[in-house]
Amino acid sequence: MTVHTDIDRSPIDRGTPEKAAAQSVTLEIDGISVTVPAGTSIMRASSLAGIQVPKLCATDSLEPFGSCRLCLVEIAGRRGTPASCTTPAENGMKVSTQTDKLAKLRRGVMELYISDHPLDCLTCAANGDCELQDMAGAVGLREVRYGYDGENHLGQTKDESNPYFTFDPSKCIVCSRCVRACEEVQGTFALTIDERGFASHVSAGMNEDFLDSECVSCGACVQACPTATLMEKTVIQHGTPERSVITTCAYCGVGCSFEAELQGDRVVRMTPYKDGKANHGHSCVKGRFAWGYATHKERITKPMIREKITDPWREVSWEEAINRAASEFKRIQQKYGRGSVGGITSSRCTNEETFLVQKMIRAAFGNNNVDTCARVCHSPTGYGLNTTFGTSAGTQDFDSVNEADVILVIGANPTDAHPVFASRMKHRLREGAKLIVIDPRRIDLVRTPHVEAQYHLALMPGTNVAILNALAHTIVTEDLHNKKFVEDRCDLADFRIWLDFIKRPENSPEALSKTIGVPASEIRAAARMFARGPNSAIYYGLGVTEHSQGSTAVIGMANLAMLTGNIGRNGVGVNPLRGQNNVQGSCDMGSFPHELSGYRHISLDGPRTMFEKDWGVHLDPEPGLRIPNMFDAAIDGRFLGLYVQGEDIVQSDPNTKHVQKALASMECVVVHDLFLNETAAYAHVFLPGSSFLEKDGTFTNAERRISRVRKAIAPMAGLADWEATMALSTALGYPMNYKHPSEIMDEIARLTPTFAGVSYDRIDELGSIQWPCNEKAPEGTPIMHMGGFVRGKGKFELTEYIPTDERTGARFPLILTTGRILSQYNVGAQTRRTENSVWHEEDMLEIHPHDAEDRGIRDGDRVALMSRSGETSLHARVSERMQPGVVYTTFHHPGSGANVVTTDNTDWATGCPEYKVTAVQVRPTNRWSQWQEDYEEFKAVTMRISDPKVAAE
Amino acid sequence: MTTRIYVPSDSAALSMGAEAVAHAVSAEIVSGKLDAKLVRNGSRGLLWLEPLLEIETPEGRIGYGPVRASDVKAILDSGLTAGTSSDHPLKLGLVEAIPYLANQQRLTFARCGITDPLSLEDYENHGGLKGLRRALDMAPTDIVKEVTDSGLRGRGGAGFPTGIKWKTVLGCEADQKYIVCNADEGDSGTYSDRMIMEGDPFALIEGMAIAGLAVGATKGYVYIRSEYPHAFHQMIRAIEIARDKNLLGVMVLGSNRIFDMEARLGAGAYICGEETSLLESLEGKRGQIRFKPPLPAIEGLFGKPTVVNNLISLATVPVILAEGANHYKDFGMGRSRGTMPIQLAGNIKHGGLIERAFGLTLRELIYDYGGGTYSGRPVRAVQVGGPLGAYWPESLFDVPFDYEAFAAKGGMVGHGGIVVFDDTIDLAKQARFAFHFCAIESCGKCTPCRIGSTRGAETVDKIIRGERVVENIDLVRDLCETLRDGSLCALGGLTPMPVMSAMDHFPEDFDRKPTHAVAAE
Repeated sequence: MTVHTDIDRSPIDRGTPEKAAAQSVTLEIDGISVTVPAGTSIMRASSLAGIQVPKLCATDSLEPFGSCRLCLVEIAGRRGTPASCTTPAENGMKVSTQTDKLAKLRRGVMELYISDHPLDCLTCAANGDCELQDMAGAVGLREVRYGYDGENHLGQTKDESNPYFTFDPSKCIVCSRCVRACEEVQGTFALTIDERGFASHVSAGMNEDFLDSECVSCGACVQACPTATLMEKTVIQHGTPERSVITTCAYCGVGCSFEAELQGDRVVRMTPYKDGKANHGHSCVKGRFAWGYATHKERITKPMIREKITDPWREVSWEEAINRAASEFKRIQQKYGRGSVGGITSSRCTNEETFLVQKMIRAAFGNNNVDTCARVCHSPTGYGLNTTFGTSAGTQDFDSVNEADVILVIGANPTDAHPVFASRMKHRLREGAKLIVIDPRRIDLVRTPHVEAQYHLALMPGTNVAILNALAHTIVTEDLHNKKFVEDRCDLADFRIWLDFIKRPENSPEALSKTIGVPASEIRAAARMFARGPNSAIYYGLGVTEHSQGSTAVIGMANLAMLTGNIGRNGVGVNPLRGQNNVQGSCDMGSFPHELSGYRHISLDGPRTMFEKDWGVHLDPEPGLRIPNMFDAAIDGRFLGLYVQGEDIVQSDPNTKHVQKALASMECVVVHDLFLNETAAYAHVFLPGSSFLEKDGTFTNAERRISRVRKAIAPMAGLADWEATMALSTALGYPMNYKHPSEIMDEIARLTPTFAGVSYDRIDELGSIQWPCNEKAPEGTPIMHMGGFVRGKGKFELTEYIPTDERTGARFPLILTTGRILSQYNVGAQTRRTENSVWHEEDMLEIHPHDAEDRGIRDGDRVALMSRSGETSLHARVSERMQPGVVYTTFHHPGSGANVVTTDNTDWATGCPEYKVTAVQVRPTNRWSQWQEDYEEFKAVTMRISDPKVAAE
Repeated sequence: MTTRIYVPSDSAALSMGAEAVAHAVSAEIVSGKLDAKLVRNGSRGLLWLEPLLEIETPEGRIGYGPVRASDVKAILDSGLTAGTSSDHPLKLGLVEAIPYLANQQRLTFARCGITDPLSLEDYENHGGLKGLRRALDMAPTDIVKEVTDSGLRGRGGAGFPTGIKWKTVLGCEADQKYIVCNADEGDSGTYSDRMIMEGDPFALIEGMAIAGLAVGATKGYVYIRSEYPHAFHQMIRAIEIARDKNLLGVMVLGSNRIFDMEARLGAGAYICGEETSLLESLEGKRGQIRFKPPLPAIEGLFGKPTVVNNLISLATVPVILAEGANHYKDFGMGRSRGTMPIQLAGNIKHGGLIERAFGLTLRELIYDYGGGTYSGRPVRAVQVGGPLGAYWPESLFDVPFDYEAFAAKGGMVGHGGIVVFDDTIDLAKQARFAFHFCAIESCGKCTPCRIGSTRGAETVDKIIRGERVVENIDLVRDLCETLRDGSLCALGGLTPMPVMSAMDHFPEDFDRKPTHAVAAE
């Protein structure tokens, strides 16, 4: 096995951020000539010349501050000793960074620092990893003549309220790096310096505990702290790490690059990797801290089988479990036909693992019954963007937002669901970009420190297409569209048809205003702002796709972008914010029943033949079953065996009772997961999964960026997921024999034109690669459709607004819509098994005070939530974030049963469920719903694991 | 004819009971059916005479002071009827003739104490608006040139040429520029800014409007220290009047030029008198120093080009425009042109404001004007230029009041405040106070100032207690070097000035012996 570790240590901290400038300046520092872009600080220029000027308050992730006064230099012909971090380099400067005068000054400053700092270096958690310690050494401090009996800040109580890090004010040197990181990098402004002079101190919120403050626990402050003041509890407990592995976060679709820092095979901390192109050294509470699930006591590390789901689980060898699964699938296929089994790939597993699962299904099962959880989230993105632009993916890289002038966020809640990207977006908004939010709920982005949306169009759930049409109508009828772009880049025949359609009076803001629930004047004003740009970018999430018209809405956004010429350059584009770490990848890898990797239809002879030849099998040219079809077929008795990797369909798919019924109808369900998840309650074979720390592979994030996942520790269950899939395929009679996931990637590259240039060596070389990567784009493609659309001409498609069948009425007068919260992720299988639960112990039902008052509901009351599909109960949170008539919840906890309530309605094109619109009623209750009670009982039976010791007796 | 009776509403006068005096005058007017009108003027700056009551007579204004409310009836009885020949014991004669005032050269303070501060008519009758009217007919570059040619330098203390600063702002391309008046007058012994705001607020408004015309700024702010509630309210009223009368607004004095301004109250930090901290505070943030460059002239308030000038600099601009650069430049010496409002305070017999051309010696100021100490004891030291200024012994009293001459002797003119001490002063305690002041007022951003100030006070304490005196004096000198060369702004950078000057000029106060016996063995 090839071990890829430690390819690159963290780069040197050059003190101040890189400056981009057309002009460069040349100066001399300590006799060394160096040329840097204009505007570069002397400190950075020195660093580039190989000279490290002492510093404490400066770090290149933050703008210069000039407070520590260690970096003073002398410049020939200038008075005084300016700080090198705040003084720009100029042509012809002669700078000295080391003189007797400077040495004395630096020692003087350091003497002051140490006169107010504990002298417990040897027992300090930052020992060996402390910039203060380093600087004391660098400046040659030998004594503190002030003594240690003066006024000081020692012996203060630590703030240990945050579950992941400790704030020890006694060790603080008041460099403000944490405060500045919270502002500049994260954009939360939770920290400040309180009081002044000697009393200056870091304060979370209004002198609150970190946990009680606005702190979102992103870790930027901990990352920025040069001392042990802000320190990970794991480092305090275990000490500093001895090795690190650069890898990719397994949470959301931002795909942050991290260094997994270890002692032996114990992860001590995860730190955001500065050179990671998706995150540039930033992180959120999930990736930075919530990785403890990987070693949670509920991790299943032994394969298990059972005859019936009411039997307790029995631990067995891998061989026995694999053989049981294989023989069951074979038996079912023999009895019910080749199409009676199928599988679901995981958007959390690697590209290689996903590719392998679909390969196994197509080659070993011999059918195309493969689908993936993208079905229930971003399948309309694939459909809509492929139809209009020719590619099933977002058009930009994340950095593109830095150039956007108008940002339209629709159906997404970036600060909760994609926090690291949200920070970049907020940064751009603080620089002056304008913001339009289209969302039924007042998400945080609508008003957050130093960011305020120019327009928040709080539409009724289910009216995305209507508002997108009204925006386009305004732009066209007010003659604000980019005619040149449309003429040059789009199919004009389609455009003319679309133009006639969109100009119709029924698409005007005035006609649709009542349906949408937003004044026509606001829609018009927002449309004008978007059209004027000059760079207008659309960012969207599941609030667009998870509707009966999800695909139509994606097309509507694509139309809008083409209409205004906002495609094919930096700062613009149509950008899906992907939910799971590898949902882009799982789609790319051929997880859909009708598509091979690279989005090529299975019925196309060319691609299929290529795969047949490479794999040595015959492939069925007919698309297989989608997930909802699998459930329907199961209930009909035609689909009896399912292999599910890393996906909890019982909790995440809509209409839970329907899913449960389908699974209960099957004869063999194989669950391959880290935990006994909700779906495992219906399983017969359980294969223990491997976490992202335990395997090699790649993830592809929302910007099509393929990044390496590197094995930091050995798989706890003995086999990585790709190895388990190989064993199952082999047992099924289709042998697989890859020695390393890099070989799987080589196969993907061989068979997928958009991945032709991708290999592990190439990724290591470039850091990460955005597909398409091939001969035409050997280093990948950050921005798509430059100069022309992938499909040739951009295609305007008609987007007639058709209201969903889900209607409110007397019985169900409210609309339920669902979403996410920062601290929890998806079904919560990971985050619920971490300390993140301190922020979100349970899913709450948000309800507007008017609706609550009408029903006699007070904040915190238990309420029954019922729809035509089912009933559950939750605690209520009375909140004005929702408009009257709309209620909101999350689905992070299985017992909440949010999806017991959601319906079977789906997107017309892709079958993506309509999670976002369910007609409901809410009333006070004092007990759990029948479903909740039954489910608890059911789980008590089906989740049992027999104690091997008891069994032996 | 209605006689005008003047009782100042200046804070210094108020603190001496002017309000009660004014009430008494009003009561007399009402009950005695006197044909008189009470005017609440500003202070003339003869502070030992406050409350200074003035009665208008055909010969001029006759002063009485210091007046108590109980004196009012008798003063009015004799003063209104007898006029110049009143024999009231508090009678001072013609105010203009009081030598303290007669021997001044009042340009900036020409109207202060004379006019009704809130009467724009009065203002105009005494030469006001002449400068602005002239500026309205001038090209911006010509206004800037006029100010440059006058030799006016920043009266806040740094002494940077005002015209040069304006030129930088004029040269910046921006959609918005600002004029910010620094009225965070926090230096010990200074009060000239306050006197203008309370006594002649239109002078500041006119000066800011001219500055706006000169650099292309349409908006101004005057940032007033929180300890100046009267000045703040007076400015707000004056700005309202100025808006009503089109001195401010979209048509300045009927022209097509725009300039408006607001008064803002500080939040109680000395450091906000430093221009970058002031800008942070004006922006609604914590008053913390910004590093320079960029200069505020290029990236100032809300990131826009901004003129930040001391109040006296701005209030002097109208007279420069009205009388011409040369008129102003003809006053003064060397590179210190024009006049300087000097404020005498501390242990001084005749405290007050003396506006004179640069060049006067400290000795003249302290003895000829000030009349020596209030306590009657010998003068031992003066501190010129606020709490960060140098402590000087009598041997330096012949240095002329001039930016360069003071700097050459290790001192500074600063904002023109002189605090006088008699021979009971302990300069070691004053050195400690300098550190202590810095510790209290430091914004806390840079390390030398944040920690060094406290360590400095502690170390001077050790010297005072006689602990390792030689070593600790060395340590204080080293610390002063760190503060002077290492601090981010002038607060830390100048704290060594009072400390070092005290040690250099008064070494005997630092040569301490242990104050307590070493514990018996």
